[in-house]
Order: sequence, then structure tokens, then C-alpha cells
Amino acid sequence: MNKNLKDIKVILATDCGSTTTKAILIEFINNEYRLTFRGEAPTTVEAPFEDVTCGVINAIIELEELSGRKILIDDRIISPRNGNTGVDLYISTSSAGGGLQMMVGGVVKNMTGESAQRAALGAGSIVMDIIASNDGRKYHEKVQKIRQLRPDMILLSGGVDGGTKSHVVELAEVIKTANPNPRLGNNFKIPIIYAGNKDAINDIDKRLGDTTDLKIVDNIRPTLDKENLKPSRDKIHDLFMEHVMAQAPGYNKLLTWTDHPIIPTPGAVGEIIKKIAENENISVVGVDIGGATTDVFSVFNKKFNRTVSANYGMSYSICNVLAETGIENISRWVSSEIDEKDLTNRIANKMIRPTTIPQTLEELIIEQSIAREALRLSFIQHKEFAVSLKGVQQERTISDTFDQTMSGETLVNMNELNMIVGSGGVLSHAPRREQAYRMLVDAFLPEGITQIAVDSIFMMPQLGVLSEVHEKAAVEVFNKDCLVRLGTCIAPIGTGNIDDDILEFSFEIKDKEIKGVLKFGEILLVEADYTQVKTKLIMKNNYTINGLNKFEGKIFGGEVGIMLDGRGRSFDFSVYNKDSVKNWSIQTNEYPLK
Amino acid sequence: MSKSYTPGLKILENASIKKKRILPLAGELHVEKDDLVKSNQIVASAKIPGNVQMINISNELNIDPNQLVDCMLCKVDQEVKKGEVIARSKGLFGFFRSEVKSPMDGILINMSDITGQIIISEKPIPIEVDAYIDGKVQEIYKKEGVLISAYGVLIQGIIGVGGEKKGKLKIIENISDLDKIDSNSDIVAVIKSFLDYELYKKINKLGLKGIICGGIDYESLTKILGYPLGVAITGSEDVTTVVVTEGFGNISMSDRTFQLLEKYKNSYCSINGATQIRAGVMRPEVIINLDFNEKNINDNKDESLILVGSKVRIIRDPFFGLIGNVSALPPELVKMKTETMVRAAEVTLEDGTKKIIPRANLEVILSD
Repeated sequence: MNKNLKDIKVILATDCGSTTTKAILIEFINNEYRLTFRGEAPTTVEAPFEDVTCGVINAIIELEELSGRKILIDDRIISPRNGNTGVDLYISTSSAGGGLQMMVGGVVKNMTGESAQRAALGAGSIVMDIIASNDGRKYHEKVQKIRQLRPDMILLSGGVDGGTKSHVVELAEVIKTANPNPRLGNNFKIPIIYAGNKDAINDIDKRLGDTTDLKIVDNIRPTLDKENLKPSRDKIHDLFMEHVMAQAPGYNKLLTWTDHPIIPTPGAVGEIIKKIAENENISVVGVDIGGATTDVFSVFNKKFNRTVSANYGMSYSICNVLAETGIENISRWVSSEIDEKDLTNRIANKMIRPTTIPQTLEELIIEQSIAREALRLSFIQHKEFAVSLKGVQQERTISDTFDQTMSGETLVNMNELNMIVGSGGVLSHAPRREQAYRMLVDAFLPEGITQIAVDSIFMMPQLGVLSEVHEKAAVEVFNKDCLVRLGTCIAPIGTGNIDDDILEFSFEIKDKEIKGVLKFGEILLVEADYTQVKTKLIMKNNYTINGLNKFEGKIFGGEVGIMLDGRGRSFDFSVYNKDSVKNWSIQTNEYPLK
Repeated sequence: MSKSYTPGLKILENASIKKKRILPLAGELHVEKDDLVKSNQIVASAKIPGNVQMINISNELNIDPNQLVDCMLCKVDQEVKKGEVIARSKGLFGFFRSEVKSPMDGILINMSDITGQIIISEKPIPIEVDAYIDGKVQEIYKKEGVLISAYGVLIQGIIGVGGEKKGKLKIIENISDLDKIDSNSDIVAVIKSFLDYELYKKINKLGLKGIICGGIDYESLTKILGYPLGVAITGSEDVTTVVVTEGFGNISMSDRTFQLLEKYKNSYCSINGATQIRAGVMRPEVIINLDFNEKNINDNKDESLILVGSKVRIIRDPFFGLIGNVSALPPELVKMKTETMVRAAEVTLEDGTKKIIPRANLEVILSD
């Protein structure tokens, strides 16, 4: 990009989602960058339009109407700005048309295979399958799977540098035999990124060099205890632009409009989550729940992980959530009785008409109940995937005798978690922030003291890509307009009987002391703005908070306030009934009273 | 003014229909540009690579992988027969030789001096693509397929299962109508109302080609498929093809759709249950070939815009399935009972009542 950052005063950013294209306008006002307007329109990557720019133009037209700024002329973006016309910078992310779909290969499935998966997921891809020498499938089954899945590209890893070559070469032979056609466009060679044993490069080239578009990068696992994901991730981004985006309908045109390469939406959200963890020096779990997929991100001990639950989403994949969790788990979050057949038909109708929105309160409650389950299931998958490197020989000393951490253990430690950040239509567009708060707490079940935040209007993807171009603008908008601090959730560890005392609390809010007792089975909400609140918690009946029986210190309030969750950790739903669900809802001001 | 596009379904009597008939991999075309083709006519064919089998010769002969080439008795791309000796070790002074026989008929496609393995592929499997509809070859895609253009009735459903089928349209008013149909007839049954699992089973047992219906329960669909449908990507199921025009639940087919199907009862039609709601929307369809009449063609893409006067179907509760005309498009956001602020439309229903509906919950009915 050849633009002077100082001259950039008006920024247009779009995110072409699988369902909706979102456009935001950022302007430099009173010496700071602020979000000023937002527009959206259905994504048009699919028939009958088959041109992503139609949806982009429609979203921008909505922005023009709301802002009074003329941005388009003859379906082109006016740049640079001149008074109230045009913008200085245009950037975009995309997950439309199925996003980036990859297969990865590794010699040992839970070692190099998982490293390759981490690299692909971190770059914003959906991983369709992992082929590995030890995946239990026969040679021809692997060949058939590759032919059938038709990935956009394949990342092949395997072997430490200087180690055995034969297994990774065998995987290359599997790919050569399958000779897969890429998903989009029959007329070009499928991109293969080789990130394995460097000694095997010539052998790999001999097998795949002619028939595929082979790219060689540094080994993803040069030694057993080292994971080197960046070269593979960067190459995936390059190839995503060159091959996948260039083949998707209308993207060639869109690419000529943007001032920075288009990046996959999940990659952009991951950048933002990493920045929150880095800037505040905290552990963060982030989630972006979309129509087709739910992405979960975490940063614990500075280690970033991303998973994509390709089968859990709020529209295209909504029936997968139903199939996976079962109707009982969805209806348990609804306080009224609902006919099961009617409920399944409603959910299925959302799948086939993904852009519809709830018009009645009952429909909204059902949709948010499904969201809880989609989030819960996605987080389970994330915890299983976000683990320490497997296969690493650990040196133990006498002081480690009681520390039984093993290689391959989950990095997600709920007790160490400082913040949960939610994004995605169902969270960002929930009519009440209390609803987003409850969905996140119910699905992630934070333990101890955890801040909860939500993306205000679902713009983290755009800010993610903006942070690569103009970090100052991205940070200012993120802090002032994007991240809504909902409050802090206090969830003591322990279980007991309904109405048992869990803790005595006291908060100093605006020079007033608010005191009370939290009982087992209830949720209490204490209003407190986003300022530090002097807090005292005295635990009862063997409950603990952060491993202790009392807490004295400062916590943050937020737009909703401090939520005291007395439902027990671990949380056992079988203790509760429809009345409990109704009471939680009333206590947290979740829905308008009928 | 910003435009609201909706996922409109086409219910057209006079449509210009174009169908790409593409091979899954490069192959051979059997027609030329401007040829007139029949729906059953093969327009392209290809050979899918056969199943493969890997044999570790290095292990079998107890040799190093780099000795493999010297021990092989056949070359890459050479045909081999089941039982044929394909590799032999040098042995000790010519004695104690080991041999490997081919486990199948096929072609040797790879030898690896790194892994010591060879790969034999079965003979390629031929696949053919027919024209699907009567029409004219409008375009040729070299080695890939053709574009067929035709003219006729085009009805898009909302969800379907099962692949391409062809047959005569037959209106089924009562379940007893099925008793008058011979089994395995080339018939596509039209059911105005709701398809339940019992009715499906009866039609399936009768061996009819397909079913077009108004609604279906998710539960019935689960029974038909044998598993719950997780994402709406269908078409390859081995079931009687079903095209659902309205959605899930006890819903009847819209009058317009039913009237059109009734008008062309006994006509030969092509149907396809394949649905793909993501990544290249594909809706299930019913196509009835008619004589070409350019004057009447209705092919206006912009009709999927919601405008005042547009005929729409409400596609979400509490008015799911009702049909009306857009009578106003208020520019300001409207607050729903959910407290959400949305862009809405005022819809005058067929009984004259007016309802405020989120624009996102409307589907334009593309009819002529």
C-alpha cells in the first residue's frame, strides 16, 4: 500500500460473511478515529448474482444513505476523499463462498498432523480432513477422500529435519495418486504447501512438482519440541489470495478495489484477540459465532490457538447443532414448554432460509438457546484441540513430582481465564446486552473472576485487517466503539444444595456499599459501570474463588454489571427446572417481561 | 436507494432455462454447439481414476527401497493382470528368489524408491452426463461439458433430497390415487399438501421417480434419510427424489405453484432434489420443456429486489407461509417485539390485513 498513514482520515472496511456483507465507515474526528456508520446487505457470492461486489455495493449504499457521504460512482469506490466524497482507504475480509477449505497432512496425526492443522486454522481456514501415515485408513481410502473433498489447497508436513523421509514421501505419493481438482476452477493446478522434513524436499518436488502448484516453506516442526507455524500461515494467506479468492465470483473485481489484500475473516478476528491479550497482558478466550461456523480463539500463557467448528453455526449449520446436542439440550434453556416437532421444524426452516431474523420473543429465545449450545459445543472442541505440543520429552525435576502436566494437555485453564470476548451476529445484535452476557456465561461457564465483553456491532473482522494496515485507527476504534465491556462474572467453585449460602459479597459502587448473599442455584446482577469496583467476597460452605476462601480486591463493572453466578462449578443442569431458568432470566433482566 | 435482495424462488411458466452439464473431471464431449439434444442424451463422458492398491514390494521381497526399480518386471503405466508376477528379487546366486504377484487387474501407476512401494490402479470407471432437459447446446466448455439452453416452466423448491429424475407429472389428491398407478412407472407425484413419512414410504415402495410437495416435517425427512440433515447440502441421497416447495412443517404448496403443476399434469418433466444453501446456492427444481417463445421469456434478475408492489411470501413465524404484496417500505428502522430495530416492510396479505414484517423475513415470489 503506497498511502501515507497521516493522510488517511476516512476508512471504509467490509466483511463479506457467508450470510451478510457488513460495511463500516471510520472517520478521523476530534483527533481520533471513530466508527461513524454501519451498513449491511445480503452477501451475493452465490446464484443468481454470483458476484460478491453486488452485496458490497449494497452495503456501501446503505452507508451512503446513513452518512450522507458519497462513496460510489459507477459502482466504483471513490478514492481518495475530497470533502464529503470518497474514502482514503478501503479494506476487506471474506468468508463468503465457504471461506478457505483445506486438507492437511502429517506423518503422525497428533504431532505434525496437529501442527499443520494449527497452522491452517490460524490462517483462517476450515480443515476438512487430516491425512496421516497413522490415521488408520488404507492407502486407497486416503486417495478417495482427497478426490472427494476437493480442498482449495493442501498443507503437507511430516518429519523433523534430518529425520526419516519415507513417510512424508508416501503422503506425497497419496496426493499424487489422488490428483485432486481444486474446489473452485477445474483449470488450474491445486496448490500444495510443503512444510516438512527439509531433506525430503527434492523427493517431494519429484513427485508433486509437475502435477501441482508446489510451494516449499520451512518445516512446521523442525524438531520435536519446536513448532514453526508462521511460514506456513503466511504462504496459506498468499495462496488464498492468488487461487481461492481469484476464483470466487466477483472477487477479481473486489481485489482491484481494496488497498490491502483480502484476508479470511477468522484470520482477522484472531489478530484482534491476540492484540487484546498482548495489550492487557491477560488470558483471553474469543468466539465468533457465524452462520456456518463458530471460531474459538484463546491465548493462555501467550500461546495462541484457534479452532473452527465447521459444523456449528446459527443458520447454514443450525441443524447440525440440533443433531449434535439434541432437542432436550436446546429446550432446557427455554422457560416455557415447546412442542418438540414444532421446534425442530422452526430450526430446520432457519437452515433453509438463513437470512431470516426472529420477529417474536419466543423465536428470539429459541435462537439464543441454540446459540448457547453451539458455543458450548465449539468450546469443548477448542479445549480438546488447544493443547501443549505432543510427543515432547519432558524433563522433570524433584519439584515436578506433584505437577503431573503431560504433553498434550489442554492449555485452556478456566481458573486462569481473565476475559471472554464474543462476536458474531447472535451476540453482537442481541437486542439486550444482558442476553449476550448470559449466552457467553451459560456456554463457557467461566470459573472464578472473569471479565465478559462483546463486539458492539460485529466489526472485529474489519478491525483485524485494519490493524495490519493502520494500527492506530484499529486500536482507537476497537477501544472506543467495538469492545463493549459487559462486566465481570463471579462464579465460585463448588456445588451444593439449592439455597445453600455460597458467599457474602460487598461492592463499593459510586461511594455506596452494596452487600448481600449469593445462594446456590441463583444468579444475581449488580449494576456497576465500567470502573474499578472495590470488592470483598467471603466464601461459605467450602466454596472457593481462585482457590481461596475469600477475595479482596478490585474488579471491573461494565455496561451490564457484575454477575454473581451461583449455579455451581461444575454446573449440573439436572438440578434445575423450568422455574430456575425463568428466575435466572428475571434476575438478569434478560428479556422484556410479557 | 439501497436495495433489499431476497432469496426469491422462481415460479415461472415462461422461463429461459440454462443448464450447465459439467463433468467432474476433464473428459470427452459428444455433442457440438447448436445441436438439439433430448433430456436422456449423453452429452459428455469421462473416466474416473479407478480404485488404487498399494503394495510394499520392499517388504515383500525383503530388499531396500532403492533396489525396487531393479526388481520390478513391469514399468509405470503398464497394464498388469491379477496373478501376474510383477516383481522378483535377485536372490542369492540366482537362488532363493522371492516374487510378488499383482493382486488385481490394473495399471501400475507409481513406483517409489523412497518408500519401496508401488501403486496399482484399477481400470478407470466410465461416467456419463446426460442433457437433463430437452434443449439446444448453447456453449461448449472444452473437455469439461456444455451449456444447454431451453425454454419452459421452472419451479424452484426450497429444499429437496435425491438427484436428477425424469417422469410424467401426476397430481395425487388422495392416497388412494396411488393404487391406480403401476409400480416403477416414470411418474413424478405432485402432492399439494404435506408429505408425511407413511405417504413417502408408499410412493417409494411403488418405485415412482419423484415427489413434489408443499411441506415436510424435519422428523419425516430424518426418517427418509436415515439420519438428521445437518446442513442443507443434498442431492446424492439414494432415495426417491423429493422437492419441497415451501418449507418444514405442515404447510401446503402455494396456489400459484400448484396451479402451474396442475396445468401441465401429464407433461414430462425433469426434477432434481439437489440443494446447496451455502457456497453456490442451488435449489431443488422442476423443469417442464415447452416450445420456444422468446416474447414471453421472463428472466429479470432484478425481480428478486423487494419493491413496493412485489409479491412476497413471509418466511418466518408468526406469519410463516402467508402471501401478500409489499404496500410500503418505511425508510426508518422499526422496533420488533424482540426489541430489535430492523428494516421492515408493510405487507398487505391476501385477506387485506396489513402486517409489518422484517424485510429479512420476506421472499419475493418470482412469477410471471
